[in-house]
Amino acid sequence: MLPKPKKIREVYMDHAATTPVDGRVFSAMKPYFSEKFGNPSSLYQSGRIASGVLNDSRRIVAGHLHALPENIIFTGSGTESDNMAVYGMTRAHEKHGKHLISIAIEHHAVLYPLEDLKKQGWDVTFVPVNRQGLVSAQDVIKAVRPDTILITIMYANNEVGSIQPIAEIGRKLLQYRKEHNTPYPYFHTDACQAAGSLSLDVEKLHVDLMTINGGKIYGPKGVGVLYLRRGVAIKPLILGGGQERRLRSGTENVPAIAGMAKALDLVQKDKEKETGRLRQLSEYLWQKIQREIPDVRLNGPEIGENRLANNLNVTFMDVEGEALLLYLDEYGIMCSTGSACTSESLEPSHVLRSMGLPYEYAHGSLRFSFGHPNSKQDVDYLMKYLPVIVKTLREISPVRLAKTKHAQFKK
Amino acid sequence: MPKKSVKKKNLSGPVDIRTGTGEGWLYSDIVKDHFFNPRNFMHYGEEEKFRYNAMGRVGSPACGDEMVLWLDIDKKTEKIKDCRWRTFGCGSAIASTSVLSEMLKEKDGMKIEDALKLKPQDILARLGGLPERKVHCSVLGDKALQAAVNDYFRRTGQHGRIVTAGSKVIDKTLNITDHDIEEAVLEGAQTLEDVQKKLKVGAGDPSSIPAIEELIRFYAEKYYGE
Repeated sequence: MLPKPKKIREVYMDHAATTPVDGRVFSAMKPYFSEKFGNPSSLYQSGRIASGVLNDSRRIVAGHLHALPENIIFTGSGTESDNMAVYGMTRAHEKHGKHLISIAIEHHAVLYPLEDLKKQGWDVTFVPVNRQGLVSAQDVIKAVRPDTILITIMYANNEVGSIQPIAEIGRKLLQYRKEHNTPYPYFHTDACQAAGSLSLDVEKLHVDLMTINGGKIYGPKGVGVLYLRRGVAIKPLILGGGQERRLRSGTENVPAIAGMAKALDLVQKDKEKETGRLRQLSEYLWQKIQREIPDVRLNGPEIGENRLANNLNVTFMDVEGEALLLYLDEYGIMCSTGSACTSESLEPSHVLRSMGLPYEYAHGSLRFSFGHPNSKQDVDYLMKYLPVIVKTLREISPVRLAKTKHAQFKK
Repeated sequence: MPKKSVKKKNLSGPVDIRTGTGEGWLYSDIVKDHFFNPRNFMHYGEEEKFRYNAMGRVGSPACGDEMVLWLDIDKKTEKIKDCRWRTFGCGSAIASTSVLSEMLKEKDGMKIEDALKLKPQDILARLGGLPERKVHCSVLGDKALQAAVNDYFRRTGQHGRIVTAGSKVIDKTLNITDHDIEEAVLEGAQTLEDVQKKLKVGAGDPSSIPAIEELIRFYAEKYYGE
């Protein structure tokens, strides 16, 4: 009942999930698998080569963060870095206080450790975000108490692309600490989604810890970075051979680390140009959707400086996200949804819900996240089929949200 | 959240989860066929023309699924001559309704007596199974059918035959129904803990917790949603 394309075009619009490895990154990694495979801890030559690569990579990453190489800890993933930031800090500083501050739209890699700590008697304040998914710096500072030891707020949200005012929070926090003559609370940001397009200068952001990973910036999966400001004490989660200044034991994943450094170098050098290009794509798609599909709603901030350039999250009223995904998949188009049906928990997106979006709106959301391989032709191909898919599913659907309730959400 | 309760081995046919090669589909070929080529759904503009004497609506888009079923029941034979449906939901919900409509219509129509005996498992079997966590999507068809048949009884004045819906036992050990949970939510219970305190649910049968949580959400949205 739907048009069949003559040739299926593979269109990947899910770069917030993961990115393909850049060819240049892959080349940078290759020598360290079979050829120069030494353990950086070994003293003989191949060990020294590996150790050299490790140092070079650390320097490159540190350079982009405006940090010192010794403050870069390589880990096994963004999730591990997030867990290390939360558990490592709480374990090291619990004597000072047992209060944490965060926001409800964090990635689960932060959210679940926080919920776990709550069960262990920690007090966690989730500062509310507004309907665009943005937190106010003022509200964050207002939540600080004498027993707050850590604030953890993501740099940019993976689902709706909202960019949090990290630098502003950081500045206000410096002021707070000065006024109260205390090093607390420390400030961590999960910058996994931001690393490809925003500045990671920790001196300008005033963060004490920062998480990034390889799999979102055209680098390999299974490698992450935790930046830890000098002088900040943290407890390691993984004990063993004492690698990474005893903070993260385990033989270093040299090829992945080399790839991570190369990937970060490439995306950071190219970020202005690529951000402009991706923003145009997002804008182009959103204009087309508004023109060709009735009853849609943009979730998250307006396209502009408060939103990741590559992210477009749209609710198609009266239809369900997983059904849309499956239809799109038939045409080779890949994106994601906030619908409950695709989540492990069978709960719709906690991000959209925390932004005050009713369940039925979360169920009908699609997230398109653009990246290097995407072009205008991809958007045109998508829009050749999306309007008719939405129309078909709406015909099957008994729901007419736009005509009934939640008038305040109407576009 | 624990897995839904229907066991794979109760289903005929394979329960297809994505294959390791990435080529396989999340669902069986039958599900796929019904999803992409849904049968007997109510087309735009058909509402005015389609003759029916029974209509049932269940679920809510807030829960992620909503379904409407229209039946044309022959009063003499009590067979379902024709039916139409509309479903808001994921692939499995749409396919389940489509396959149900086929089951109702085939062999010159199912008797409503037999239709009322249909179980979600029967729909699942016809679909060649669903992934475990999708099984709840097929439950709605069975409820919509019940609601539609009740509507028929109402319209034909056979009030004695109406099967009272909405008092489904959720926790078998403590004999707690969805009505009890609705009442608890209306009394201000917002979380599982609140409801458990009021009703002691979940204490008797831990496997009922997911269903209870779903009901709490549903009623909270219904009565307190924006």
